[in-house]
Amino acid sequence: MLGTHTPTQKMLELHNATVTFSAPGGPLVRAVDGVSLTIPSGQFVVVIGTNGSGKSTLLGSIAGTVRLDGGSIHLAGHDITRWREDQRARLVGRVFQDPRAGTAASLTVLENIAVAACRGRRAGLSWATSRSLRAEAASRLGGIVPGLETRLDQPIGSLSGGQRQIVTLVMATWRRPDLLLLDEHTAALDPAAADRVVQATARLVREHNLTALMVTHSLAQAASLGDRLLLVHRGRIALDVHGAAKRRLSPDDLAFRFDRLRSADQLDEAAARSLSELYV
Amino acid sequence: MITLLSTWTFGVALGFVALGVFVSYKLFSFPDITTDGSFTLGAVVATVLLVSGVDPALATLGGMAAGAVAGSFTGMLHAILGIEPLLSGILMTTALASINLVVLGRSNVPLSGVKTLLDRAETTLLPAARLLTFEGAAAGEAARLGFMLLAAAGAVLVLYLFFRTRLGTAMRAGGDTPTMARALGRNTGALTVFGLAIANSLTALSGAIVAQYQGFADVQMGIGMVVWGMASVYLGAALVGQVRLGGALLATFAGSVIFRQLVAAALRAGLDPDWLKFATAVVVLTALVAPRLLVRRHQASVAR
Repeated sequence: MLGTHTPTQKMLELHNATVTFSAPGGPLVRAVDGVSLTIPSGQFVVVIGTNGSGKSTLLGSIAGTVRLDGGSIHLAGHDITRWREDQRARLVGRVFQDPRAGTAASLTVLENIAVAACRGRRAGLSWATSRSLRAEAASRLGGIVPGLETRLDQPIGSLSGGQRQIVTLVMATWRRPDLLLLDEHTAALDPAAADRVVQATARLVREHNLTALMVTHSLAQAASLGDRLLLVHRGRIALDVHGAAKRRLSPDDLAFRFDRLRSADQLDEAAARSLSELYV
Repeated sequence: MITLLSTWTFGVALGFVALGVFVSYKLFSFPDITTDGSFTLGAVVATVLLVSGVDPALATLGGMAAGAVAGSFTGMLHAILGIEPLLSGILMTTALASINLVVLGRSNVPLSGVKTLLDRAETTLLPAARLLTFEGAAAGEAARLGFMLLAAAGAVLVLYLFFRTRLGTAMRAGGDTPTMARALGRNTGALTVFGLAIANSLTALSGAIVAQYQGFADVQMGIGMVVWGMASVYLGAALVGQVRLGGALLATFAGSVIFRQLVAAALRAGLDPDWLKFATAVVVLTALVAPRLLVRRHQASVAR
């Protein structure tokens, strides 16, 4: 909740961030159109928007997979605008939509965690899977999914998608990140598994008091999770709800707000319809 | 006896190529054609150094280092300039064809009268070979084979230990899933360059050893080595199935030795040497397809 954190302590600051794509033979598209955004330390931000609204590009520009054409990004006091993706990983933990993208299938669960344990540090020639790492992995994983601690030596590819996403979450937060980026990380899962991953997410964010940015396609998640809700539309932030308003927010409220945006012509008819279909 | 021993020795010597291809292809999913060029590079660099009087061990290391440089160039073509893996290797191996010829000076240089690493190993290990009741020329061949096996065991052990360190594990992760490695702060381009340097240093080591074993270096000697390596990797994998890193490394080496035995057996059985490369391609294809067919049959029988 916003009130529990000092709002002056900025963690992430986007200033006039712009990303332009040009489809071959097509027009230029401003996927991110001059977004300025400040996220205080410890805030859990949920981002929603239709396909093609620019929310994933926005997340990618923070993660470093997409380059800004203009504007700047500051994270934890560093100007990271020109940092490479792997350099930003010093500060950023990430979970992808596809469980296969966030873990190396042929490595064991413990070896995957070993790679995460040196996120942002020199890898070096010491033993990857030490006894102490094994003990900590067992307690951290077993604490979230009982039984997972017995599978440390199995290839991570043998785990279910939901289990893999939970391991990826644990990996992303193994060393406390300044910012946790979650890119529709439950979208590829069945409802039960998605629910478990959401609970694990909420728990880890709370336990480590993390600053997090989560893109979701689930209206229930958007209404119930986080301290702040951003609706991205046409590369801009069309709606920003936080504080007490966010806490009161219900799925019905969200639908109502979509309508109001549409009538104020800030959201076109088609986008509003697809949002309603998607989220309501 | 000697022929049998020498097919073994050759199989083990080429096992280093198989290990190199295991690193580039299995760990990094990088089909590295540089292998053909760096095998010859290792041979010609070691030969030129030996002929000019350099210590055999240093000459062999020199060949390895040259292979590492060639591999890292291929890696940079891919990682920095964004050229796709196959084309990077083709470009590098094309360039190496000239470089190898220039380094060697002519297309073939004999090592007659030069003391090689294998001569030295033979002198050292001969008493042990005699102890194992090998006699005469066979004792010498057995000593050379013994040395090769020791070197091979050393290489497998070093690779195994390295790929279980933090750096080695990060490299395997980067080869397996680059998105994951980058998200965890690893520079996957640099890891690829390093991985290809390791792979091609092993290939060049094999070239350096083979040149010293057969007593000459030839600019054509690397042709087909990448296929040899892949055949060994797949043959090994087909034999042992799904195993961990250590098992896979050993299986790769065993694959090379077994493949050499198959080739020798085929030639003894009267295979026209002209058809050797064709037979190699068939063996690779079989090793690729057979495990899948077996799994399918197994699944079918379980389903029934």
